[in-house]
Amino acid sequence: MTAIDHRRQRAYVDAQASEARVNVELTTGDMTLNLGPQHPATHGTLRIAAKLDGEQVVACEPIMGYMHRGYEKLAEVRTYPQVTTLINRIDWLGSFANEVPFILAAEQLMDVEAPPRAQWIRTVLFELSRVANISLFLGDMGVQVGALTPVFYAFRDRERVLNQIEAVTGGRFHPNFDRIGGLKDDLPKGWIAETKAVTARMREFCDELEELLIGNEIFEARCRGIGVIPADVALSYGLSGANIRASGVDWDLRRDANPGLAWDQVDWKVWTHVDGDSFARVWVRLQETREALKIIDQLLDGLPGGPIMAKVPRIIKVPAGEAYISTENPLGEMGYYVVSKGDLGPFRVKIRTPSFNNVSVVPWVMKGVYVPDVITILGSLYFILGDIDR
Amino acid sequence: MTLGIELAYWQETTVKLAVVLAVIPTASLILVYLFLFKWVSFMQSRLGPMEAGPHGSLQLIAEAVKFLQKEDLVPEKADRRVFALAPVVVLGSTFLMFVVLPAGPDLVIESLETGIFYALAVSSLSALGVLMAGWASANKYALLGGLRAAGQLIAYELPLVLAVIGVVIQAETLNLQNIVVAQADGEIFGWGGIGFPFVLTQFIGLLIFMIAAQAELTQAPFDMPIAESEIVGGFQVEYSGFRFLLFFMAEFGTAFAFSALGAVLFLGGWWFPGFDADSDTLNVIGPIVMLVKILALSFVIFWVRFTYPRLREDQLQKFAWKFLIPLALANILVTGILKVAF
Repeated sequence: MTAIDHRRQRAYVDAQASEARVNVELTTGDMTLNLGPQHPATHGTLRIAAKLDGEQVVACEPIMGYMHRGYEKLAEVRTYPQVTTLINRIDWLGSFANEVPFILAAEQLMDVEAPPRAQWIRTVLFELSRVANISLFLGDMGVQVGALTPVFYAFRDRERVLNQIEAVTGGRFHPNFDRIGGLKDDLPKGWIAETKAVTARMREFCDELEELLIGNEIFEARCRGIGVIPADVALSYGLSGANIRASGVDWDLRRDANPGLAWDQVDWKVWTHVDGDSFARVWVRLQETREALKIIDQLLDGLPGGPIMAKVPRIIKVPAGEAYISTENPLGEMGYYVVSKGDLGPFRVKIRTPSFNNVSVVPWVMKGVYVPDVITILGSLYFILGDIDR
Repeated sequence: MTLGIELAYWQETTVKLAVVLAVIPTASLILVYLFLFKWVSFMQSRLGPMEAGPHGSLQLIAEAVKFLQKEDLVPEKADRRVFALAPVVVLGSTFLMFVVLPAGPDLVIESLETGIFYALAVSSLSALGVLMAGWASANKYALLGGLRAAGQLIAYELPLVLAVIGVVIQAETLNLQNIVVAQADGEIFGWGGIGFPFVLTQFIGLLIFMIAAQAELTQAPFDMPIAESEIVGGFQVEYSGFRFLLFFMAEFGTAFAFSALGAVLFLGGWWFPGFDADSDTLNVIGPIVMLVKILALSFVIFWVRFTYPRLREDQLQKFAWKFLIPLALANILVTGILKVAF
């Protein structure tokens, strides 16, 4: 954050303290409403200090850091294989996807390349975690606009995806499965057929949700034309992932900067939407889930044989150097800038998480909207607190 | 009451009070268990409570005991008296509605000549209680919720009343008992097999009535005053324990009362085909007939509640003033013309 942002933030905090003092006799002027840190819509501990005129937001500021766990610093005192345990917990809904860019960065520094089978299985697991992540988002969007049923369907069907991830990795949320030079294990027997059944079921889930929620007139009335982010604003705030594609920017790291995974081996499409509103963001994510399922099916059909681990030394020492690898994670561009001094562990890791940038657009986009729209916009921007605060 | 027993006025009043006081918790108990706990769970592919009693049927007892055990918390800056009074006002409005709801030829607490007018008038008292709760809590979320509720309840009072006028024109009475009798005595082109439930001509009225009732009950898609995901419970946010239980009971008691009103006005009330409208048998089966109709209407209320997303406050107002009220007025006009013509 810049110095100006800090100053504005402090001004808000001060204004709030003074508001709290006079709040016993409510003034007719602006009211400062604290959304969070404990608020159901922030699904975590984000705090939004909003200045309200009636129900209209005059200005608002996201205040982050309530969940800062210092992963960048902690990574400095761990060895490379140990770091994946930490970074699993950044975007906890799509954990496996967090591991991949870090491992790829380490592999680049060591000049190791994982065998093709490992790359393909990595891609499958990556896309499975995307499905697990986004399917929950689609259900949760229902809660944000007040429909309670979709989220139960989402939890029910996400369970199937998590079961598949668990069957391979042994972990439901925190697989810790990716290794420098390959993967920990091969796929278990019968997994491919089971996963295909799951992808078929998840397609039905997408159709079901489109009928129940996204095609609903009230949902459209609540989301269309609300929280419009034009393409130039989206670019200047550094949005990524479905948020920027919903603003009409055709940009997907899986296609544009594939760091060696199997995305270029299969046929799929990058969806964009011209509107840039909340509805567009939800819609793009729905289409992305369908594309991810398509990718998984194709990858499972053409899975190459061979080893799943390249030759790497038993004790991993990464030669000195710097590497930045970013991938298109469920939430957007996630990148790791790894600096090595030739030790067992990294000297410095800078983590570029998508949610941090995605949430930074909040003060811009929330001007003049109503309180209920704050919730739908926050929901459609889709952040995960662990991903904001690291 | 013509049960063959002579009671002094005070005795009769006590009995009537006891009946209403027993009916409200029972009514909300039935609705909460059947719909909120079980039916919704099945719709959402889960089981709902299963442990307390067979299929969780005693869960509500456990919940009520839990609420009663809780500490009576009042926020430091709250207006204590208003804060304490608000749930009572809300529940009182429900209580007053039950006074005129009939369940049989003689099963009614007070058969008022202006029954439907009275019922709709006292039902809007709850807006006052909600506003009191929102204001007295000294909480910004509660204030937003209370103001939203006040705006919403006033906006939807009008279509509710206008929707009922069509029925009143057809029945030529405001008395709920006489409305039932009018439906029982009616004929469909000379055939009196099922009487003439007013839903046949007043289906638009029923539609408007149900939508407006949904808004009065602050159920989704009109649940902005509560809106858990936005203002975390609205006017209820500071209430806990017994006071919350009162709100909770009022919510479901009112849902029951509105379903009962809908059943009386549009579906023929307690009358069952094949009986005279004043036959004593109806005093026995009338409540069962009513209950079935009430549950059918409440089912629709809860079905909608758990399916639809929530509207925004301005969209809700637009919907009321630009769509429901003109529609209701047109319905009255058409009903009036047809009434004069035939």
